[in-house]
Amino acid sequence: MDFLIVSLLNGLSYGLLLFMLSSGLTLILGMMGVLNFAHTSFYMLGAYFGYQISRWVGFWPALLIAPLVVGGIGALVERFGLRRMHRYGHVAELLFTFGLAFMIEEIVHLVWGRAPVEYRIPAALDRTLFSLFQFQYSAYRAFMMLVSLVMLAVLYFGLTRSRTGLIIQASLTHPQAVEALGHNVPRTFMLVFGGGSALAGLAGVIGGNAFITEPGMAAAVGSIVFVIVVVGGMGSLYGAFIGSLLIGVLQTFSAASDLSLRKLFELAGMHAALTGPTAELASVKLSQLAPILPYFLLVAMLILRPQGLMGIREEE
Amino acid sequence: MNKTSVHRAARAAALTLSFALPIVAMPASAHAETIKVAFVDALSGPMANVGETMLKNLQFAADQINAKGGVLGGKTIEIVPFDTKMSPKEATIALKQASDAKIHFMLHAISSSVASALLESVNRQNERYPDNRMLYLNYGSVDTSFTNAKCSFWFYRFAANSDMKTEAKVNEMAANKSIKKLFIIAQDFPTAHDAVQLSIDLLKKKRPDIEIVGTEFHPMGRVKDFTPYAGKIKSSVADTVIAASFGNDLSLLIRSGREIGLNVNYYTFYANGLGVPGAIGDAGVGKVKLITEWHNNAVPTENMERYYAGFKQKYPDPKDEFISFPGKLAIEMLAKAIDKANSTDPREVALALEGMKVTAETGEVTMRKEDHQASLPLFVATLDKKGAPGVRHDLDGSGYGFKNNVRIEPLMTALPTTCNMVRPVK
Repeated sequence: MDFLIVSLLNGLSYGLLLFMLSSGLTLILGMMGVLNFAHTSFYMLGAYFGYQISRWVGFWPALLIAPLVVGGIGALVERFGLRRMHRYGHVAELLFTFGLAFMIEEIVHLVWGRAPVEYRIPAALDRTLFSLFQFQYSAYRAFMMLVSLVMLAVLYFGLTRSRTGLIIQASLTHPQAVEALGHNVPRTFMLVFGGGSALAGLAGVIGGNAFITEPGMAAAVGSIVFVIVVVGGMGSLYGAFIGSLLIGVLQTFSAASDLSLRKLFELAGMHAALTGPTAELASVKLSQLAPILPYFLLVAMLILRPQGLMGIREEE
Repeated sequence: MNKTSVHRAARAAALTLSFALPIVAMPASAHAETIKVAFVDALSGPMANVGETMLKNLQFAADQINAKGGVLGGKTIEIVPFDTKMSPKEATIALKQASDAKIHFMLHAISSSVASALLESVNRQNERYPDNRMLYLNYGSVDTSFTNAKCSFWFYRFAANSDMKTEAKVNEMAANKSIKKLFIIAQDFPTAHDAVQLSIDLLKKKRPDIEIVGTEFHPMGRVKDFTPYAGKIKSSVADTVIAASFGNDLSLLIRSGREIGLNVNYYTFYANGLGVPGAIGDAGVGKVKLITEWHNNAVPTENMERYYAGFKQKYPDPKDEFISFPGKLAIEMLAKAIDKANSTDPREVALALEGMKVTAETGEVTMRKEDHQASLPLFVATLDKKGAPGVRHDLDGSGYGFKNNVRIEPLMTALPTTCNMVRPVK
């Protein structure tokens, strides 16, 4: 029973972290139809800016400033780069963001070097918040979960209740009509891209000190974020939320388990006398596979329900 | 003449020049004055910073020898870098480039798969072209088979291999009576599985009372959140962990352990990797143990301190750390072998190198004749804060360094070999 609760808590906290990372990506994808390969690079930039600014003025100002800087960079990228690619179609936009990702990584190499940098958790949060069944939960992890939930709330209310949010939603399906009404649609897109990048940057500021800040960090999370966006449904914020939690819990439970095919057989009362490669295959534990289970889920989802959990079929 | 033909002519001229200039610009190589040694390793890709640091380590070692008069009566050792891009295929190309430049000595350390490819290529090249042979000096690969089943006359290893380090680690653990329950966690690839199995077998012999409460293999570089694994260790009530992972995986594991309140000792081989002590930080102080050929607080003699200070003076950036004592040994023993053979012919130098005994700063180092494995002292150390007693130096400016615990004599890790060395007649 305590295994269940502890693993659930761990899974939820990891899932909320993944949500912070993928919310911006799915928004941009839904609003603008652009799969931003440089999204995790903005995450990395957020972490590095968070590190640099914390060294100058401390963590709490960095928490505010770094995402804004990253958002600003995102807005500029949209205004001067992506917008010009728009007339050439989605593939051109994709390739542009792909190249951008490489460029950002090299710039990080030049400025901060290739080794990890020492971006530390602020002292105020570097302590245990509570203990459950002898497992300690750090205050910083609780802080990460809190920020993630606040992010979800702000996004939801911002998009559905505010005027800007309504304009954004309308621009998605009827850009000409919205423009005819006098709203600046290109500027709205710039805002969305910048906002999505700022979200990634915020995830970086918060995640960079918990997980190590180094130039490979963008590539390391790139694939899992893509999985969440596809599984949740491209463009759906709810989908990204559910997808992140699902994958977080799935990965945590499987990493904590010792199940293997062989064990399953044994539990069923069959003690198979396996030899050779079959024996090796049967002894592979679920915990060995845990980090790659999301990719199995990706493949299954694409086969069974390509629009994802909560995605809408694209009518192009 | 219209615009198009002018353009075409200009393009042709530019193309011709771009091919011709490099050939013209190549300086006449001063073969008479320098002995070239190829540095064939990862200078791009994820381990590029390690490769660049190793190059600096070796360059400094060569500088010291050149300052004292070089080899063969005044010739200087020149290190020429080639990039393996950490890929076996690219490494073979780099080796070919080094051979084409008439270089006969090669230094390499990063990646066992690259080492395997290089070893195969060197063996093949030396058999086919006896006039253009290459001597392969490895100062970092730990795959034990390179000095056992895959041993070669042309291959020398200056670092301790995996079995030697495991032997040292198990002996150290056996002497520690407070260890009762052990958890083993490693990255999921074949050499790691072998090393873990060896640890388990040796422990069964030396300390059958130690209970192994869990074994875990995780994919390399894929796990961001080690909390479930740390949680597993905690549930198992282990008091000691063999953490065989390296790089970020190791740092993240130890940090997760601290986050959930795991109170164990970790035995590692790679806690001194570039950037790792800083990444582990407070989480590992007093808990993380390292088995290594050298660390910067292991030998506080005047000679060693002077050497280390000299390196830090030439490369003042804290990220440029002196990390490879085996690399230093490789250069020094190569120089000695060249002088002893009074020649730069790879076969002569190889014959002079095997069986060589030197007194290094850490103690006596023997290049075993039977398998070309260096037998050398090892150290067990614990991570601590800079300034704590015994921790005069930290690593890469992180504020964390290692405090020496034990020195392990070469004899304790001199293991039997299955090598059947075939020596070329000429």
